[in-house]
Amino acid sequence: MSQDNAAKIRLSGVRKTFAGGRKVVLDHVDLDIGKGESVVIIGGSGTGKSVTIKCMLGLLKPDSGSITIDGKEVTTMSPTDREDINRQVGMLFQAAALFDSLPVWENVAFGLLARKQCTRNDARDIAAEKLRLVGLAPDVLDLSPAELSGGMQKRVGLARAIATNPEIIFFDEPTTGLDPIMADVINNLIVHVNQTVGATAVTITHDMASARKIGDRIAMLYNGRIIWAGPTDAIDHSDNEYVDQFIHGRADGPIKMAVRG
Amino acid sequence: MINPLRPIGGAFLAFLATTGRLAMFSVNGVSHCVRPPFYGRQLLRQVIEIGFFTLPVVGLTAIFAGMVLALQSYTGFARFSAEGAIANVVVLSITRELGPVLGGLMIAGRIGAAMAAEIGTMRVTEQVDALTTLSTNPMKYLVAPRLIAGTLMLPLVVFIADIIGVFGGYLVSVYKLGFNPSNYLQNTWEFMEAIDVISGLVKASVFGFITTLMGCYHGYYSGGGAQGVGKATTNAVVSASILILCFNYILTLLFFTKDVAG
Repeated sequence: MSQDNAAKIRLSGVRKTFAGGRKVVLDHVDLDIGKGESVVIIGGSGTGKSVTIKCMLGLLKPDSGSITIDGKEVTTMSPTDREDINRQVGMLFQAAALFDSLPVWENVAFGLLARKQCTRNDARDIAAEKLRLVGLAPDVLDLSPAELSGGMQKRVGLARAIATNPEIIFFDEPTTGLDPIMADVINNLIVHVNQTVGATAVTITHDMASARKIGDRIAMLYNGRIIWAGPTDAIDHSDNEYVDQFIHGRADGPIKMAVRG
Repeated sequence: MINPLRPIGGAFLAFLATTGRLAMFSVNGVSHCVRPPFYGRQLLRQVIEIGFFTLPVVGLTAIFAGMVLALQSYTGFARFSAEGAIANVVVLSITRELGPVLGGLMIAGRIGAAMAAEIGTMRVTEQVDALTTLSTNPMKYLVAPRLIAGTLMLPLVVFIADIIGVFGGYLVSVYKLGFNPSNYLQNTWEFMEAIDVISGLVKASVFGFITTLMGCYHGYYSGGGAQGVGKATTNAVVSASILILCFNYILTLLFFTKDVAG
């Protein structure tokens, strides 16, 4: 784990439990994410990847530990200060989480309109531009999200995540549920927008092809802890049997899946 | 051996926790109604949804309630040769009770359920989380406009329902029971007092708040996929209906205690 003092995001000893403390999901997670870096958190289902990202976003409050963004402690912030922090954040949700009641362009421009950064006409133009960046034509602007395919919804979600030119972008399972070709298209788009926007990116996934393509660095979460972190090209020589089993997708190994008989 | 008091204590604690959470949700929701920023488009959408699209169903309920009331009053009052009081009974019952209560219950079924389902679906599909990540407070964007629209629009809907209900009674009295139209209208107008209408409209406002609060609350805290949303919808309608009937008694007591005591 990088110990860069200028870390954009820093998690120190983050612990999160559920069911009155009986279910420990995160158990002293430490992770530094540098400015402009793309870090991918991998791990099996139920290992706490989504909880980690939700703690960073302020959607969940850790039981203990510290999360800083630009050196500011965000776990104890007031909701108003947290809203200010979220102004520099973009998020692509697993199922895109587009607002059903709004047309595509208002979904993309939602952050701009909410912050009253521009007029509705200008916001529509920006939405068209962001949609073009993710490979969608302007004819989808007035469609409802329900009229789009899964891949198109992901692209619209991506356009919404980058619409406000955020400094940090979170990607939650960006390729889950997509066919391999569409998954690669989304991966390419993420790499492209990260380079274009120059943002710090945090991705959680269990898709290794995606992790290798998107990440500068990979961290593996297991049993509520980061058990390995390093450059993407070093993951094949991690000397960690848990990491080896995960990246090769082997059923046999130290990681035992909870199967109810 | 399991202590038999344990499940009772557990249920009581759960009840207290739910009540506390609802109270905090209410205070939070109301505070966002009066603090900027305000989402005018969301408010307008809810105003149209509650004030316009519920009019047909509430109007239909009111006209049949007025018609039935006139018929029932006639069959009862004829025994005492008091048919002349039908106009008074209809206008009093409609403005004080049936307008706001039936309107409130119909809105609970139509609007409360729709709100719980919509916000609940937004919760389980992470749209509520998406609002937060877009620097938009879900309480301010989703809850406050609904609370304002419900509190302001239900009195308007009930006022129109009052007129339709009284008209229903007029139709039956004049065209079926053979009353003189001008006498019927004169009786209605002379007997009606401002407090009858005002108390009904205040009740409607409270019922509008209760219905939208229950719809938002159950939707906001729904979980567990489609089943959770279905449960939230049912709970919203049931809790709103029960609270409407409870508060109807409390408000009636507050408005008319003097009459009862006198």
